[in-house]
Amino acid sequence: MTAIPMEHGLLVAAVLFMLGLIGLLVRRNIIFMLLSIEIMLNAAGLAFVVAGARWAQVEGQIMFMFILAMAAAEVAVGLALVLLMYRKFKTLDSDQVSRMRG
Amino acid sequence: MFNLLWLVPAIPYFSFVILAVFGKRMPRSLSGLLGVGSVGISAVISVLIGIQFMSSPPAGDFFMQKLWTWMGVGNFQPEIAFHLDALSLLMMLVVTVVGFLIHLYSWEFMEDDEGFSRFFAYMNLFVGSMLTLVLANNLVLLYLGWEGVGLCSYLLIGFWYKDSENGAAARKAFIVTRVGDTAMAIGLFLLFWNLGTLDIQEILNSASMQWETGSGLALAVGLLLLGGAVGKSAQLPLQVWLPDAMAGPSPVSALIHAATMVTAGVYLIARTHVIFDLAPIAQTVVAIVGAATLLIAGFSALKQHDIKRVLAYSTISQIGYMFLALGVGAYSAAMFHFMTHAFFKALLFLGAGALIMCLHHEHNMFKMGGMRKQLPLTFWTFLIGSGALAAVPLITAGFYSKDLILWRAWTSDSGSPILWLAGIVGAFITAVYTFRMVFVTFFGKAKMQANHRPGARISLPLVVLAVLALIGGFVEMPHTLGHFAPFSKFMHSVLPEVHGAHLSISIELLFQIIAVVITLTGILTAYIFYYRKPELAENMAKSGFGSALGRFFYSGWGFDWFYYKFIVGPFVWIARVNKKDIIDFIYTIMAMICQIFNFVFRQTQNGRIRFYAAGIAFGAVIIVAIVMFT
Repeated sequence: MTAIPMEHGLLVAAVLFMLGLIGLLVRRNIIFMLLSIEIMLNAAGLAFVVAGARWAQVEGQIMFMFILAMAAAEVAVGLALVLLMYRKFKTLDSDQVSRMRG
Repeated sequence: MFNLLWLVPAIPYFSFVILAVFGKRMPRSLSGLLGVGSVGISAVISVLIGIQFMSSPPAGDFFMQKLWTWMGVGNFQPEIAFHLDALSLLMMLVVTVVGFLIHLYSWEFMEDDEGFSRFFAYMNLFVGSMLTLVLANNLVLLYLGWEGVGLCSYLLIGFWYKDSENGAAARKAFIVTRVGDTAMAIGLFLLFWNLGTLDIQEILNSASMQWETGSGLALAVGLLLLGGAVGKSAQLPLQVWLPDAMAGPSPVSALIHAATMVTAGVYLIARTHVIFDLAPIAQTVVAIVGAATLLIAGFSALKQHDIKRVLAYSTISQIGYMFLALGVGAYSAAMFHFMTHAFFKALLFLGAGALIMCLHHEHNMFKMGGMRKQLPLTFWTFLIGSGALAAVPLITAGFYSKDLILWRAWTSDSGSPILWLAGIVGAFITAVYTFRMVFVTFFGKAKMQANHRPGARISLPLVVLAVLALIGGFVEMPHTLGHFAPFSKFMHSVLPEVHGAHLSISIELLFQIIAVVITLTGILTAYIFYYRKPELAENMAKSGFGSALGRFFYSGWGFDWFYYKFIVGPFVWIARVNKKDIIDFIYTIMAMICQIFNFVFRQTQNGRIRFYAAGIAFGAVIIVAIVMFT
């Protein structure tokens, strides 16, 4: 089995990242925004794994583990915030809750 | 006994604090007792110290009491210390004794005033500050007292503050004297910078050793100190505040604006006489200022109709005589005139105050008339005071002191016939305006009815001061009258003797006869114009030239007009034009720039999460681009 060239892997990661970013910027629904962030995190993770495979080092995959853990924590906190937001404002539109209060 | 010296200023200060803190809750009798009693105790202690000083003088003819070091910055170590010598003893005695009499008088005079305890608080603070001024052993402490009396002067001129005119008069006095004080402060800096000390005795010693006669530095210091003296003593060109200062209660005019504070300038020059001896030009300026002031103020007094303003101008004029004496080097003559002037001018102001009080607060003497019968005690004491002011020969104190000054004005080495001529013309005018006041107020037909007679606490000071105004001159008799001169002998431990030609007694007698004739002519003139034939004076005042001259004199030679036109007016104009402060503009611009940035950046804080995310992404792109292309 021939190894996938690193450039391809990185390209996929970049495309994924851009998709996530665009999703974050264009969607107003806060849950979709959280999903987009997840995609961006996975893109970064993919880039680490590809790089680790290229140099045959294990750190790439270890880093992905960290990202995974962090993503889980982020989702836990993020979903809790989303829940609170919905209770308070009765909406999931992030632009609707733009007023800052002290 | 000398060790009690510190109590003399301390007791009035203490009483001031008590009155200022508890005065409102005190019964009137208690605040009166405290206010008058504190100065009374001071006076008793001063007299006891004075007796001891004269009977058994301390070593070196001075006594120094150091209380503590005020502050220590490098070699700048002013002390709270009192220096008692013949000069400060004289000042201390006059301030406390005359001050006590005036306080006693005020007790009755201010009885019904709502600010009774406030009045005594200010008066006690004044006495304390004045004593600090005269007893100070260094110029910084002297300056403290100097500013203290200025403050009290301001507070007491504006004592009836509900009338805004009084407030304006108080501000005028404060600001005009501040001009002189600034000059004096610069003089002190110059002294310290050059001699490294502000201790008066050290300054006098080292100045005479280090500076040459006629050196520029001595001249500069002399003129700057003269500036301070001119402001405080209401001499040309800063005399404009004193006539307006009469807005205060009459005892204030007597104590501060006649007997004590306004002579602080005379004291300052006498105290630092070594500097003036080293700067003959400055000394000549002192004499010229004195001569010019005594004439200008004398002429102004001729046309006033407010009795207190007549007295105010006469005060300016008499202090002019003192400056004249200082300027010709006759320091003890100046101090002698200071002493007699304190007696008779305090007497005159108190008499005028009694008149004003008994006549429903009427100040215009042309509305009084004929008070001789209604208020006999006031009349006789006022007459004695006027006699002393006009220098009626032989029996009054004013004659001896003024005669001495006139004699020295010509015969002293730095004197000249012109100065003498100014003095003798001034003496004539003094006699005219003084007896104009007496004839208009006390003689002729009564135009008002006195509503009550002064009580004991007003009468007693009047009588005591009248006695002093009569006998106060006998401590210094001229050669023609036996040359009994303990006063100048006493003063010569501090002040130098006059350098001048020794002339024969017959010449001195001639001078005295001229002075006497001039005075009597002046009184006669006043008698003719204001008693015998008042229509003569009226006709003269009605003629075109006469009325113009009258208005000119009435306005005090237009000094107020001049200052308003050329100093106050432009100043107010600049203030109005520059209301938005051109220098402040720089700072306003800086603040405006900050506000613009604030406005721009505030737009970015809109709370839209997607906008923030876009910002982060955009920033990341830029950073990556920078990393890649550099």
